[in-house]
Amino acid sequence: MEIFFQQVVSGLATGGIYGSVALALVMIYQATDVVNYAQGEMAMFSTYLAWTLLNAGVPYWWAFFGTLVISFVGGVLIERVVIRPVENKPILTIVIVCIGLLVILNSVAGWIYSYIQKPFPSPFPPRPIMLGTVVFGAHDLGAIGVTLVVLAFLYAFFRFTTLGLAMRAAAQNPVSSRLCGIRVGWMLAIGWGLAAMVGAVAGMMVAPIVFLDPNMMAGILIYAFASATLGGFTSPGGAVVGGLIVGVIENLVGTYVHFIGTELKLTVALAMILIVLVFKPSGLFGRAAVHRV
Amino acid sequence: MTARAGALGLAAALAVALALPFVVSNFRLFQFTQVGVYAIALLGLNVLTGYNGQISLGHGAFYALGAYTTAILIDHWNVPYPLTIIAAGVLCLVAGFLFGIPALRLEGLYLALATFALALAIPQILKYFEHWTGGSQGIVLSKPAPPWGMKASPDQWLYYFTLAVLVILFVLARNLLAGRTGRAIVAIRDNPIAAQAMGVNTALYKSLTFGVSAAYTGVAGALSAIVIAFVAPDAFNVFLSITFLTGVVIGGLASISGAIFGALFIQFVPNWAQDISKAAPWAIYGVFLIGFMYVMPFGIAGALRRVAARAARRGTAARA
Amino acid sequence: MLRRTVLSALVAVLALVVPATAADTPGVTATEIKIGNTNPYSGPASAYGTIGKVIGAYFKKVNDEGGVNGRKINYISYDDAYSPPKTVEMVRKLVEQDQVAALFQTLGTPTNSAIHKYMNQQKVPHLFVATGATKWNDPKNFPWTMGWQPNYQTEGRIYAQYIMKNFPDAKIGILYQNDDYGKDYRKGLHDGLGEANAKKMIVMEQTYEVTDPTIDSQIVNLKNSGANVFFNVTIPKFAVQAIKKAHDIGWKPAHFLNNVSSSLATVLKPAGVEASRGLITALYMKEITDPQWKNDKGYQDWVAFMKKYYPEGALDDQSNAFGYTVAQAMVQVLKQCGNDLSRENILNQAENLKNVEFPLLLPGIKVNTSATDHAPLEQEQLAKFDGERWGLFGELYDAAKK
Repeated sequence: MEIFFQQVVSGLATGGIYGSVALALVMIYQATDVVNYAQGEMAMFSTYLAWTLLNAGVPYWWAFFGTLVISFVGGVLIERVVIRPVENKPILTIVIVCIGLLVILNSVAGWIYSYIQKPFPSPFPPRPIMLGTVVFGAHDLGAIGVTLVVLAFLYAFFRFTTLGLAMRAAAQNPVSSRLCGIRVGWMLAIGWGLAAMVGAVAGMMVAPIVFLDPNMMAGILIYAFASATLGGFTSPGGAVVGGLIVGVIENLVGTYVHFIGTELKLTVALAMILIVLVFKPSGLFGRAAVHRV
Repeated sequence: MTARAGALGLAAALAVALALPFVVSNFRLFQFTQVGVYAIALLGLNVLTGYNGQISLGHGAFYALGAYTTAILIDHWNVPYPLTIIAAGVLCLVAGFLFGIPALRLEGLYLALATFALALAIPQILKYFEHWTGGSQGIVLSKPAPPWGMKASPDQWLYYFTLAVLVILFVLARNLLAGRTGRAIVAIRDNPIAAQAMGVNTALYKSLTFGVSAAYTGVAGALSAIVIAFVAPDAFNVFLSITFLTGVVIGGLASISGAIFGALFIQFVPNWAQDISKAAPWAIYGVFLIGFMYVMPFGIAGALRRVAARAARRGTAARA
Repeated sequence: MLRRTVLSALVAVLALVVPATAADTPGVTATEIKIGNTNPYSGPASAYGTIGKVIGAYFKKVNDEGGVNGRKINYISYDDAYSPPKTVEMVRKLVEQDQVAALFQTLGTPTNSAIHKYMNQQKVPHLFVATGATKWNDPKNFPWTMGWQPNYQTEGRIYAQYIMKNFPDAKIGILYQNDDYGKDYRKGLHDGLGEANAKKMIVMEQTYEVTDPTIDSQIVNLKNSGANVFFNVTIPKFAVQAIKKAHDIGWKPAHFLNNVSSSLATVLKPAGVEASRGLITALYMKEITDPQWKNDKGYQDWVAFMKKYYPEGALDDQSNAFGYTVAQAMVQVLKQCGNDLSRENILNQAENLKNVEFPLLLPGIKVNTSATDHAPLEQEQLAKFDGERWGLFGELYDAAKK
């Protein structure tokens, strides 16, 4: 039984990583109605910025919040400069532009910082926390905590602030929003900025575990997509829960289903998501999209 | 006017394609054979994504299925390679159709991500069935020699062989899309509810489209196994599926000629990118991608169509 | 009759005047020799791309110093993104269009597998491939292909011998990457233990995918299996996680770490000195971030080279030392060729490396090849991490002698 709990705990830790990146994906989808394939690479790039600041001797929390500010500005700039010209073009055109952005960020990061992995500090104590015989990593717990804080912030922002409501309106129905006096273009830009910020938080929480390198997010983004799909792309809370579920299921499958073992655990996790989708096509917590005919 | 220009362009393209082996080296020919292979795969994806509106980020999986079908049939049972291509096509047709049934319930984004999962799982599955697939070592094949004592290099023969398959499949696709079935497929994309109201069996058509699309991509995969003479899981990673989608969009959605333009793009542009910079070839490629989308948001075929339409308008204006 | 004699005499004279080097040898002129290469400069394996770059930098240094036997090396390296079809395309470009004299250090197992047959059909030297698989040492079937580094199976066998001698009651847990690299190490350990021992000693095997974010779950399972020996076959990113996680959950096995992840700066230090103390690995090169080589001439020369010719390359990346050394081996082959740079002779000379030492190989490790031995490096030495450096111990293990 001990092994079961330990696997659940480490599954939650990994799932927390998926959830934090999934949250950034959902965030940008809500704010702009676009799935941003470059989200992972943007987060990776933000984390390199934080690393640069830390290396220059900036204290951790200053570097943390400094990175958030820079990432916000960077996100807004990307929207204004890169996405703007194709804003009203077919969705797939935007997807390809995002893929272009992905490869550029990946390549430039490798070029500037080299592909050697770099350790990234954690703000939490290094000692693991013992609960009976089950071990909790302090950073893992801290990272899940940070993700929940971000989630609460986003929830409040989109539900209770005028700006948040305006952003949702702009994403869902740009034409009517414009008629209500909302500056749709700027709302989208702010959405990208916020998503870049959430991504930066995720990156800085992930990097102490998986180490910083230009391909850091490639594997995680895949799982984050799975988590967001499972939770539902319209539900930030669902994305985080989806991440935790994926993390735990994956570990338990790898441990207990012996003929599958660790060799097919990704496949099994993906298959389970597909099955969930067949019964709940908008994810576990998502709202079904209603189209006007 | 435009129709005639199109026919002329088609004839010219075919003439160039037929003459190519007499002009270029075996290596270049090999590259153009790959363009042909990609064009078939892109046409398959375009039928699904461009004409039917179902976005797939997982066609690399069907490409892999086709490639491994051919490789295993040749490697284990010495099946003649033309037969393996047919087998790959049929198998992918069935696999695509079956995958298309649950996919019916998914829309847009969720479908894209469900197919993405398929692409992700493929390398792992290929490695798991090591006995058949050779695991991560892959399967090495031999390049087929030209038949009937033809005096051609294997590259020349494979080029013509691929070209023949390409022409047959393109003609079939054109006939399919221009007829009743094609109208139904497009109607489902533009307005599924209206299509259903008019008596189109949307579920059946959507799954069938998925099957046909997968079959095309599977045939392309089978050809690629023969042309490259090697298959391994590393050749079928997620980037392959993304590359296919890129090719379809850059070439032009819902356009048959778009598949050729897209194939030329994904074959040659990465090579140019690395000629420009070895330090960061992907950065250059990304700039190319974004640049193309700015200048031609509807793809190369879309841009050509627009130019042709403008020319036609100017023609009528001058006459009037 | 007379005419024919005159003609043949003329041919004989011509053959004497024009030596069989320049005109009829692809890729070779009086002033240069073309060497081809593929590396992943983009895509998921781009971390290895630095090897291709450092080789280029080293050839530039050689050219600046006058080249080899008066000829400059024209090094052409293409990006294959670690995708076998792209490798085939790029290698055909190198051989058929650029007409290189030889192919050198093409990187990756699946990528080299894709061109293995082609290179041997074309009879173009396919030298010192950058992969640890065993199959490159097969001169009977693939006479034009030659490996370079000690192969993974050999290294696995070294650990097996050590385990049998020192841990007769070992309960072994293995963590390996689910691909050819991981499987080769695993096979080496299995073979080295022998079937009976392997069955008795190995209590658990776990795998991971390169795309997995963490391997925590696998480490938890390995600990739970009761293993007291841990064979850790992971690339650096996961090696750090494994060392750290094992330490955190209080699992203290005898820990064997594969050579691939033996870097002090990028693996052991980030994982924590306490957690890393006592790790055992097998080395054949000087680990460039290990303080014991600080004053070593070979190391200092390398640093000077890096600063001058490849300043953007990382000084804590062992790949840059690896590429530098293998480039030296290629230059050695070209030197031995003298003025005859035909493909046959390049292969011949590559098969004729006798007790050659390179500055960044461990003291005593020598490169040896012959027409029946296409594995240049076959010696390794065990080393234990004492908290500060890799302490070499025991004698050199030589796979060629077993």
